[in-house]
Amino acid sequence: MSSLGSFALLLALSLAAYCFLAGLWALSRRESGSELLVETARRAGIASFGMVALASAILVVAAFRNDFSIAYILHHSNRALPLPYKFAVLWSGQEGSLLFWSLLLSAYGLVLRLRYRTDERLFAYASTVIAAVQSFFLLLLNFAARPFAATPGQPGSDGNGLNPLLQYPEMVIHPPMLYLGYIGFTVPFAFALGALAMRYPGERWIHITRRWTMVTWAFLTCGIFLGAHWAYYVLGWGGYWGWDPVENASLLPWLTGTAFLHSVMMQEKRGMLKTWNMWLIFSTFLLAIFGTFLTRSGVVNSVHAFAQSSIGDWFVAFLAVTLAACIFFYAKNRAHLRSEHRLESLVSRESSFLFNNLVLLVACFAVLWGTLFPVISEWVEGHKVTVGPPFFNKVMVPIGLFLLFLTAVGPLLAWGKTSFSSLRQNFLWPASGAMAIGVLLVATPPAWGAPFGMRPWQHISYFYSLMAAMLGTLVVLTVISEFLRGGRVIAAKTARGLPLSMVQLARRNTRRYGGYIVHFGVALVFIGILGSALNRDAEKEMSFGDSLALGPYNLVCRSYTQEETPNYSANIAIMDVLRDGRQVDTLYPESRFYAATEQPQHVPAVRSTLREDLYVVYEGQNPETGRPIIKAHLNPLVSWIWIGILVMASGTILALVPNRVAAPAALAAKQGADAQMHPAPVGAGD
Amino acid sequence: MRRCIPRRSGQVTEMSKRYRLRLLAGLSLGLVTWLAAGDDSARVQRLGHEMVCVCGCNQILLECNHVGCQYSDQMRAELTSAVDNGTGDNGILERFIEKYGTTVLAAPTNTGFNRLAWWMPYIALAAGIAGVLLTVRAWRARASRGSPRPGRNGSELDHYREQARRETAL
Repeated sequence: MSSLGSFALLLALSLAAYCFLAGLWALSRRESGSELLVETARRAGIASFGMVALASAILVVAAFRNDFSIAYILHHSNRALPLPYKFAVLWSGQEGSLLFWSLLLSAYGLVLRLRYRTDERLFAYASTVIAAVQSFFLLLLNFAARPFAATPGQPGSDGNGLNPLLQYPEMVIHPPMLYLGYIGFTVPFAFALGALAMRYPGERWIHITRRWTMVTWAFLTCGIFLGAHWAYYVLGWGGYWGWDPVENASLLPWLTGTAFLHSVMMQEKRGMLKTWNMWLIFSTFLLAIFGTFLTRSGVVNSVHAFAQSSIGDWFVAFLAVTLAACIFFYAKNRAHLRSEHRLESLVSRESSFLFNNLVLLVACFAVLWGTLFPVISEWVEGHKVTVGPPFFNKVMVPIGLFLLFLTAVGPLLAWGKTSFSSLRQNFLWPASGAMAIGVLLVATPPAWGAPFGMRPWQHISYFYSLMAAMLGTLVVLTVISEFLRGGRVIAAKTARGLPLSMVQLARRNTRRYGGYIVHFGVALVFIGILGSALNRDAEKEMSFGDSLALGPYNLVCRSYTQEETPNYSANIAIMDVLRDGRQVDTLYPESRFYAATEQPQHVPAVRSTLREDLYVVYEGQNPETGRPIIKAHLNPLVSWIWIGILVMASGTILALVPNRVAAPAALAAKQGADAQMHPAPVGAGD
Repeated sequence: MRRCIPRRSGQVTEMSKRYRLRLLAGLSLGLVTWLAAGDDSARVQRLGHEMVCVCGCNQILLECNHVGCQYSDQMRAELTSAVDNGTGDNGILERFIEKYGTTVLAAPTNTGFNRLAWWMPYIALAAGIAGVLLTVRAWRARASRGSPRPGRNGSELDHYREQARRETAL
């Protein structure tokens, strides 16, 4: 079986390499008959998907069959592993996750190659670029990180088991989401590089890739937040984001991808920022690969990283070649990227996009800089330093607040130029609402509980929290005001009710109003994050009947129990939660010990409300007294983060739905590829 | 009664004074003790969040929760003991660096080469803002040279823009 898997991977490499080389040859020659060669390259690309899918299926079946003759299965699975997690074996280790990466990339390639009739030549270029990336990953799988390598000597009767941290339902979803996001940026990258290489006329390639980019961005967003959610519910330290290098690696392409999603609108509407957009998407792809390099090379320390290996050199070489290709085609065809329009005013939608891009890129730089500084410090000074949460919180929070401010302001500015009177009219009541929330939060007594009774003068973190609350409110109110304004116009024209009119409004310009809903979600996420400045915790050794007070809650230890499963044994505390003397819940925090890996694991119990989370962890037992230690965290507003991400996902889905009535901009975009770009009517489709 | 009242009143006043003084002294002592205790606890919290556990988990010292972690309990005990002994913040951090190396600090110090870690993001932001402003200025200059501006004032144009926006976006 392992031989068949290895053969499938070798064949997949041959097919992908053929797709790349034949495509490259045919597209560079442009001779008669090259269409046939392009077609064979396309079909080879499709067939490579079949081979990678076969190899992946073989590895999953090997996990289900407990085939420990394959070293990868021996190291990442065991007989008692529950069936759903046997799937997760595919991406739980270095070799398997690279195979999974290849599978997803081939799947994206498959979809692209099946939809080639949209624009055969552009798709041929994009397919060739994707085949080059596929070839790199298949080279790794065949020669550097072989998932079907045999177990040396006689295989044992049972495997080493899956990392306990990965044995959580969300872990079956989180890595695929994240990978779909990472890998998905290969598609817009391939179209961008292809369009640059062939000097593709107009902006049509952007229209073609818009949905790809948005879907990819949505996957990456969901992947990142699922990771945060998993960290919160599994790692047991009471937080959801630790600025770990692996977490940071996922944030880098997300930040540049978000910048691209915004600035690309300037290219669509005004024919501006062509060079900038080209390099943004190049950077996004390179950062996705760079992030993969970081997590797999051992360059930086991280609990999430894969085992240190030699594949880092392969990634460095691939990054260098890709960057060289980008620079070469840019240098060759940069005249093709001249802007068609210039900026009229600093107070305009265009300049807000410029500042939005600037802030996102500075955020990206700060994260990258902080992540790499330990390595730089070691090079320069000869010793490593740690760059952890205190650094990132101090640097990133002001940048994030600036971004939130732009999120509120940007959509209300007009393309071209905005006058002061228009600004005042648009901002009066959202700004008043934000100020009112600020006054309310400061004027209320602390006894009301977080987030009320904020005292921004006591600590800088309280000041930031207050600003986040006010700016978040500003974003929410500006979004509401936009919906209300548009809804009223439709209501006046159609004599329908306001709610129905707002639904119709969103359906007529899904991209614009979907974007607003995404902004709404972003504001909710920021409001959720502001609560972290008000976190509290308490820890106590607890026997039966002992109580632990935290904020408005009183935790009373009712009992302890144990559970034995084939996979793990667990100590479980049964804690009654009292509020105002009345029992409101019972929580069951666990401390597990996994037999196969011989690793302990906390499973926190969380009582989640809109206002706060009561997060209880069974920390273990005091070795001297033998009494269990319970740690409780009171984390205000955390639920808002998860609600915010759901809202962001809903907004993205809405933005992906085609308009019910095509906006003029969309109609203009459907004109032939050779048509010259005309600026779309102001405000349409943005 | 008249004689008694002032005497009694004087006694009461004297007693009241003494009582008040004692109460004040007791309260002050309690307050100082409470404040000192509170201050120590706050210092442990603050310093514990400025360091990481050196077990390799990269977590903040007070947040490391690995079962059986060989370092975090010991480090927390050392921190609490140093704070109880009245060692200053810098002294405590220096002692930890001496024992566990520079990686024990959760963020680079604002000294020497490490300053660069703190400055670079802000330098990038400043350079970026300057770059955007210069770009906008250059674009506007080129736009004004390239095409004559229409003879309409800003608010008039805004009116038309708003109208166009309404009519095309809906």
